[in-house]
Amino acid sequence: MAGVTLDTVRKIYAGNVEAVKGVSLGIKDGSFCVLVGPSGCGKSTLLRMIAGLETISGGAVKIGDRVVNEVEPSDRDIAMVFQNYALYPHMSVYDNMAYGLKNRGTPKPEIEKRVKEAARILAIENFLERKPRQLSGGQRQRVAMGRAIVRKPQVFLFDEPLSNLDAKLRVQMRVEIKRLQRALGVTSIYVTHDQVEAMTLSDQLVVMSGGQIEQVGTPSEVYRRPETRFVATFIGSPPMNILPGKVEGPGRVSVGGQIIAVTDMRDGLAPGTAIEVGLRPEDVQAGTAGASALTMDVDFVEELGATQLFHGKVAGADFVVQASTGQIAADAKSLTLTVEPGNVHLFDPQTTKRLGRV
Amino acid sequence: MEKRAIFSSRTLPYLLLLPQMAITIIFFYWPASQAIWQSFLMEDAFGMSSEFVGFENYRLLFEQPEYYRAMVTTIIFSSFVALFSLACSLLLATQADKNLRGGETYKTLLIWPYAVAPAIAGVLWIFMFHPTMGTLSRPIRVIGIDWNPMLNGTHAMILLILSATWKQISYNFLFFLAGLQAIPKSVIEAAAIDGSGPLRRFWTIIFPLLSPTTFFLIVVNIVYVFFDTFGIIDAVTGGGPAGQTTTLVYKVYADGRLGGDLGGSAAQSVILMIIVIALTAIQFRYVERKVQY
Ligand SMILES: Nc1ncnc2c1ncn2[C@@H]1O[C@H](COP(=O)(O)OP(=O)(O)OP(=O)(O)O)[C@@H](O)[C@H]1O
Ligand SMILES: [Mg+2]
Repeated sequence: MAGVTLDTVRKIYAGNVEAVKGVSLGIKDGSFCVLVGPSGCGKSTLLRMIAGLETISGGAVKIGDRVVNEVEPSDRDIAMVFQNYALYPHMSVYDNMAYGLKNRGTPKPEIEKRVKEAARILAIENFLERKPRQLSGGQRQRVAMGRAIVRKPQVFLFDEPLSNLDAKLRVQMRVEIKRLQRALGVTSIYVTHDQVEAMTLSDQLVVMSGGQIEQVGTPSEVYRRPETRFVATFIGSPPMNILPGKVEGPGRVSVGGQIIAVTDMRDGLAPGTAIEVGLRPEDVQAGTAGASALTMDVDFVEELGATQLFHGKVAGADFVVQASTGQIAADAKSLTLTVEPGNVHLFDPQTTKRLGRV
Repeated sequence: MEKRAIFSSRTLPYLLLLPQMAITIIFFYWPASQAIWQSFLMEDAFGMSSEFVGFENYRLLFEQPEYYRAMVTTIIFSSFVALFSLACSLLLATQADKNLRGGETYKTLLIWPYAVAPAIAGVLWIFMFHPTMGTLSRPIRVIGIDWNPMLNGTHAMILLILSATWKQISYNFLFFLAGLQAIPKSVIEAAAIDGSGPLRRFWTIIFPLLSPTTFFLIVVNIVYVFFDTFGIIDAVTGGGPAGQTTTLVYKVYADGRLGGDLGGSAAQSVILMIIVIALTAIQFRYVERKVQY
């Protein structure tokens, strides 16, 4: 087993496209790291550099203690699961899984043992003789996983492995991947743009944007204390509401004339400074007017079953409130909102960085 | 997906089919039926009259040692051309698939030979390999080979194989390149991660995945060598020396046109026709069933 270390890794594609702009990251041995970010932010590029499928334009990639910049993919001791599964179409499921072992000269009985074992874990024992085209999407996904685990590599790499599955199967496979990774204890790097996958799977969550890392942390750290406005609005669903506000004094900001108390606020901000106030839809309480209360004009309500989403405007900005069904009358035209001081996030409108305690 | 056009009148679709049908009938069915009929007739020595002789022409044909020789020649010729042109074009296509700088120019240049008429291609190769005038004959003689395709049957055959191969590479190249580009990149990448080097990757992944293309091309190439090399043979060797490069299709011409044996020539055409129909039938069955993934 080995951890993975990235040191100011850069990727410049032909035509001077800088897809990855100096990423540094340490992934602990045996941990599950998820790279999440919007489309085109360079997640796949980064993963493919770790795999050795793209050349590294700058910086260093280390697997364990070894710099692998110049090492062939086959010699990096990694396994990768692709979005389209990339199974060998002309080989049976058994041969698909055995291929990597055969290439490495593993003895036949050992190959058979490992393939059978992997097939048992993944519940694909009955398909070993089939060709990939005779399998469903979910089964192909399992074969791709099987192909990765039989090799017992140092690192698993996943590039959006679940995005071709339907919603239900995706949830099921997500749980299985997590369980499998726990059981095998292999360092895993997983790329996705689905933030639910990112939150549920990761020990270490890496949020990327525009070829750079925005924030690294455990899922709950990233959720509780987003370091930038980008992370704040990217992680969490529905996304965090951002309202324009002003600094009133230590621990106090105002939005549309209403004063709001804040726990996590940078010291020494001059009163009157413009500031962005972030409130998660699930953190605001609707109820009777209170001391520091915001007024929301409701436009419409979305029903999600267990919860309802109230869409409207607060202080001229779009705002969403999430509440348990029945908690608020669905025909309410106007809501009075309160929020715990601990759940208020402040951001600098210029740098978009968090203005929390240092 | 199936596309259907709805015609309001019943005659219009037939009218639209007419030109194609006319061409097929005039240039294929009619001559073919003529050949079949002709193969059952025998003419007298002066070509004045002919009588129905049943399968006599076929019987005589199969008694000729020259016919078997032409068959062997054809088999040698077509196997070498098919093998060489497929191997060369596959090699070129794998290189062209690598996204190298100047790749587009390279691809275009490789396609040009296909636009050269067979007879012109033949003349071109004569210019290079003519025993006395050929630009490349001298260096060959210098290294101690008594190069003379005009007198030496083996040399003549080598020259034919080279020119026919050269002509066919472009065609094969295009199909192989398309075939290669249809293989998902991630499959190749997965194999690379699975510890398979470039050569092993080629033989265990790429080549098997290209097999539908390869099979199609083998049939097309055999048909090409059987029929379309007539122009090249006529220009380069004229079937000689001493009939050593006379293939089945060239023998049809030599016997019928030069030898005046119309019945025998027609019988040979009919046999060739049957061979091609069989090849095509095999191809359709095989391509439709077996090789699909
Ligand atoms: N081969 C290439 N040549 C040039 N530019 C490329 C190449 N591959 C990717 N890019 C560019 O690099 C950037 C990052 O691409 P990448 O595939 O890593 O994004 P991603 O985060 O994986 O996105 P997605 O979620 O859509 O898969 C994009 O702007 C893309 O256009
Ligand atoms: Mg991607």
